Amino acid sequence: MLKILNLEAGYGPLRVLKGISLHVNPGEIVALIGANGAGKTTLLKTIAGILKARSGAIEFDKRQIDGKPPQKVVELGCSLVPEGRHVFSTLSVRENLILGAFARRHRDNGAVVTELEQVYKLFPILKERESQLAGTLSGGQQQMLAIGRALMSKPRLLMMDEPSLGVAPLIAKDIFQTVVRLKETGLTVLLVEQNARAALAVADRGYVIETGQVVLEGTARELCDNPEVQRAYLGKEYKTIDE
Amino acid sequence: MDRAALYNARSETMPRDELEQLQIERLQSTLNRVYRNVAFYRTAFDAHQVNLERLKQVSALRELPFTTREDLRKSYPYDMFAVPLHDIARIHSTSGTTGVPIVVGYTRNDLRAWTECTARLLVAAGVAPHDVVQIALNYSLFAGGFGIHQGAEQVGATVIPASLTTNLEKQIAIMRDFKATVLISTPSHGVNIVAGLEQMQIHPERLHLRLGLFGGERLSDSLRHQLEEQLRITSIDTYGLTEIMGPGVAGECQVRDGFHINEDHFIVEVIDPRTLEPVAVGEEGELVLTTITKEGFPLIRYRTGDITQLNPEPCPCGRTFVRMARITGRTDDQILFRGVGFFPSQVEEILAGVEGTSPYYQIILEQKGGIDTIEIRVEVSDKMPFLDEVKALEALRVEMAKRIKTALDVEAKVAFVEPRSLRQLAGGKGRVVDSRPR
Repeated sequence: MLKILNLEAGYGPLRVLKGISLHVNPGEIVALIGANGAGKTTLLKTIAGILKARSGAIEFDKRQIDGKPPQKVVELGCSLVPEGRHVFSTLSVRENLILGAFARRHRDNGAVVTELEQVYKLFPILKERESQLAGTLSGGQQQMLAIGRALMSKPRLLMMDEPSLGVAPLIAKDIFQTVVRLKETGLTVLLVEQNARAALAVADRGYVIETGQVVLEGTARELCDNPEVQRAYLGKEYKTIDE
Repeated sequence: MDRAALYNARSETMPRDELEQLQIERLQSTLNRVYRNVAFYRTAFDAHQVNLERLKQVSALRELPFTTREDLRKSYPYDMFAVPLHDIARIHSTSGTTGVPIVVGYTRNDLRAWTECTARLLVAAGVAPHDVVQIALNYSLFAGGFGIHQGAEQVGATVIPASLTTNLEKQIAIMRDFKATVLISTPSHGVNIVAGLEQMQIHPERLHLRLGLFGGERLSDSLRHQLEEQLRITSIDTYGLTEIMGPGVAGECQVRDGFHINEDHFIVEVIDPRTLEPVAVGEEGELVLTTITKEGFPLIRYRTGDITQLNPEPCPCGRTFVRMARITGRTDDQILFRGVGFFPSQVEEILAGVEGTSPYYQIILEQKGGIDTIEIRVEVSDKMPFLDEVKALEALRVEMAKRIKTALDVEAKVAFVEPRSLRQLAGGKGRVVDSRPR
């Protein structure tokens, strides 16, 4: 579904992605793990069209999408849930959600209403707070709103950037369960997450990114069983390291 | 032909474009890892001014330096490991008791991938869960026995770890009494079993064998027919080497027209051993393998020394993995004898160890009744003080054979020949006479 080959991107003189290749098969949850500054967010932003790729290719559903503007990428069926949620705090929950369907504004209005109902079904709390201003929601609720907003464009690939960041642990658990439920409905997910343990628990496959390069690729189980991943990202074995 | 069974249909029949993407991803991550973790590769890549960020397709692999057996010897025991020893779950090694052996470490994930690869091999050969698989390979530092064993268990077969017992009667009794349906061994051991059956007057039809998987040495067409006829089996040939993984690198499917290489785990190249440039597709050359999933002991462009050719044509079995032809020879003077690989120089070293100085010698390899035999002819030297003492000479002969057995695990016949009769071979040509059928 998504195929990335030798992607390079960065900010000004700063090269962040130094030739990244990865793919996401339809129906998969793929996790990207790596330390702060490894380039995970940059990667998602580049796929979404927010950042311009310096070289390399991004193929979504066999169509070249690198160089396409963000709204076009969304229209093609690839949505981003940005890190830090970025909900419009002075708009209501409902307004935030409807904005998520902006790319489909010229189409059937009925479909947007159906989509809204689906999001409310997924997150009943959003329905309860429909007319509340988004800025007054808790962190977890805002995260749900951000996910719901991304779903309003009816994507086939959902990219999530740190969905558990700044969210109470219990809510984070909810959010990961939601990711699994979304997968069950046929959605494909590319997940960036600091909490590698939680991400690998729901993912099918994963990539470990270090300083802008992929250093490890494998099934979630393989990554969980890799001692290097355990030491660096899963916080295991601290006491026994004597090297 | 029916569409044959596949252990992992998704991987084994993956469209080539998907496979290419997977290969470049895995290659890049392997290269990034070896550059970070293996001093040898960091030095080698820097010396060749390799910029890994510029490696954008699998074919760019040709810009990277090779890894040779000598490199691996020099890194004895652990210098090529890409992870701390602590993360290694298992160690195997090449035999090279006289030369320096090559030590190979497997992480837990490596063992899992190995199991997957040998399971594929077995299913491709036709092994099914109802089979009783007798593994007549050594269970030791030698990777063969354990590698196949894991896969056979994974497939769900009933596994008999018979190992390579010197007691042939026992091997045959197990085969008969435990109702083994699949035999896994070297071709020579297969021939030994045939001979053993004759000796024990057991008709092969009283066995339950239906399939034989062979590896570790050349399985010529004639030997293949002989084994199939005399054991009443279908034979499947396999290819593997300890440095890369052990068994599981490649094997025949039931079409039996070349060995499918597990290309989602290994990238294969064939090069001209003289120019070191890739040959055209389908041409013969030296097999070069790069591991792209191994964590513990990843190898980049490893020169196997084996001569083969690739066949990219689609196979009727449905597998999309490229096929390599049966190995037709070596680029070096390595001798492959009953699953053991060794060099004439190793033999020389052993002989020198007994005699004190390097003797003139010749190695004769033949096939008698399907069994590979090895004879080592040693020129009687002037320095041997007891030329006329038959007893002393005999003791010397026995000692040489014993040391060769201990060091190389090879049962060789040692014979003395006239002084000066082998001297002209000192240059190396004619030193090894291999008349075994190819």
